Amino acid sequence: MSPRVLDRTLIYGSAVLLAIWVLVPFYLIAISAFTPQAKLFDYPKPLVPTSFSTETMQFFLDARGVIPSTINSLVVALITIVFGLALGTPAGYALARFRFRGREAFQVIVLATKMFPIAILSIPLAVTFLQLGLYDNVISVALVHTAMALPFIILVTGGVFVAVSHELEEAAQTLGCSRWGAFLRVALPLALPGLAAAAIFTFVISWNEVFAATILTLRQRTLPAQVLASLSTSPLAFKFAGGLFMVLPAVVFIFMIRRYLMNLWGSR
Amino acid sequence: MAGITIERVTKSFGKTPALKDVSLDIRDGEFMVLLGPSGCGKTTLLRCVAGLEQVNDGRIRMGERDVTDLAPRNRNIAMVFQSYAVFPHMTVGSNIGFGLRMKRRPKPEIERRVREGAELLGLVPFLDRYPAQLSGGQRQRVAVARALVMDAPVLLMDEPLSNLDALLRLQARADLKRLHKEVKRTTIYVTHDQVEAMSMGDRIAVMREGVIEQIGAPMDIYDNPASQFVGGFIGSPPMNFLRGAMRNGGFEGDGYSVPLARGRAEHAGREMLLGVRAEHIEIGTDGVPAKVLVVEPLGSHALVTALVGKTAVKVQAPIGIGVKPDEMVRLRFDESRVRWMDAANGSALPN
Repeated sequence: MSPRVLDRTLIYGSAVLLAIWVLVPFYLIAISAFTPQAKLFDYPKPLVPTSFSTETMQFFLDARGVIPSTINSLVVALITIVFGLALGTPAGYALARFRFRGREAFQVIVLATKMFPIAILSIPLAVTFLQLGLYDNVISVALVHTAMALPFIILVTGGVFVAVSHELEEAAQTLGCSRWGAFLRVALPLALPGLAAAAIFTFVISWNEVFAATILTLRQRTLPAQVLASLSTSPLAFKFAGGLFMVLPAVVFIFMIRRYLMNLWGSR
Repeated sequence: MAGITIERVTKSFGKTPALKDVSLDIRDGEFMVLLGPSGCGKTTLLRCVAGLEQVNDGRIRMGERDVTDLAPRNRNIAMVFQSYAVFPHMTVGSNIGFGLRMKRRPKPEIERRVREGAELLGLVPFLDRYPAQLSGGQRQRVAVARALVMDAPVLLMDEPLSNLDALLRLQARADLKRLHKEVKRTTIYVTHDQVEAMSMGDRIAVMREGVIEQIGAPMDIYDNPASQFVGGFIGSPPMNFLRGAMRNGGFEGDGYSVPLARGRAEHAGREMLLGVRAEHIEIGTDGVPAKVLVVEPLGSHALVTALVGKTAVKVQAPIGIGVKPDEMVRLRFDESRVRWMDAANGSALPN
């Protein structure tokens, strides 16, 4: 084998191994979620589903608290997106456009906030929210999720605005736009796909987050908190169905915005 | 109708000065070229006129209006950017009409003027296309059309041709010159290409390190450069410079002596530069001895590089001159075209 062929074999081999590592559990969860409860414990487990049934999924969706907590999750995610983009987009724009003192430091500090384990933050936050009367409220969960998503939003939108040439905005200014008008008419439309990607990523972060949601809510559970709370007392079928139901939107959305995530983690 | 008066403008970025006390008067309808190497401040000066940069000090007037503190949109200017800055999310038509829409002109008027602008620049077949479907030259024309339809009295251009390939640039240069003749806007045109500057400008302002070294008509600057820098920057090949001093009725340098009809005794003892252009040197039987280094036939003429003392001198010779490398020749300088500079600071001395 020539070195090049060897290189490619190694690269593709590792890629396939990693993909299997991630995809096999997904696959097993998925086929289990659509296997009738009676056959769930068959052994050896057939690798292709032999009988298809929505019975398990139905069981999960009918379980108490699942629909309300799904709605809570959606509401939290939407509020998080609104707060996150409202705060993060201007920060990203500033990072992309202005050379200000402490710009590099700001970038590092933004990322450094990710170093604090949410476990440490959650307890004092729970106390604070109790005092403010925000405890067990979707707003409080959304606020925490906003804080968690902001570093990503800032860095992604920063990358998006870097890709929109500043001269375009300047041209708009010479053609009769104010600074703000140039942003709205030129930079924003061109950045929109990237901002949509940031929004979707924010949604996934919020949708998947379980720890803060569990600590900060009691009755107003989000879906992961609800599933976690009932995990020890629920049958295996419920866990498979719940797992699939929670993972699907995340997988679909991440797939849709993979180009922007490459931007974030790749070249910059 | 608006001339532009730039009055003692100063601009720095942090601690780096970009413009040092720059003054420039541009007449109504004039095509003024700002010429200089990169980093000389020419683009900064243009951006100050556009209002995209704030001056630290000094005033900028257009006609009777002081525009120093106005936003770009209130200055009544139109600008063509180096990258063209054509909006990728709009069709050619929307691009050209963008400024008119921002000024809230009535729809029929916008349509008519977009049409006129497109016709002027040969863009009618492309009105419904997006910039991504256009070539570089077409995009450049969209940028020019978008600026022209604004009917602003002042047109600013920042190296609009530098991203075109050589052949297209030649064509676009002629087109822009023709357009200027037709529309007669007061124009400031920034370039680092001295050929562009010579061929297009009514006047040229040569800039260097944040100051204007010389302002004048292209041929004035070419014939009478105010400094060694200007002589070396304008013209291809650049002006030749020989270092020496007036002695014994001639100009003597390291290893050579240039005989002169007029000795210029007033400069006796001063270290000077003799500046002479390639076309004002003749290869003949008398004059300064020189050793030929390279002969480059360029079609219409040959460019001969010869060593005078230790200085390489470029000579424009007839194509059939027949000299060869290592051959000894004699160079005769056209004394009436020779220019003198102070060797210490490079500034021109009176002839």
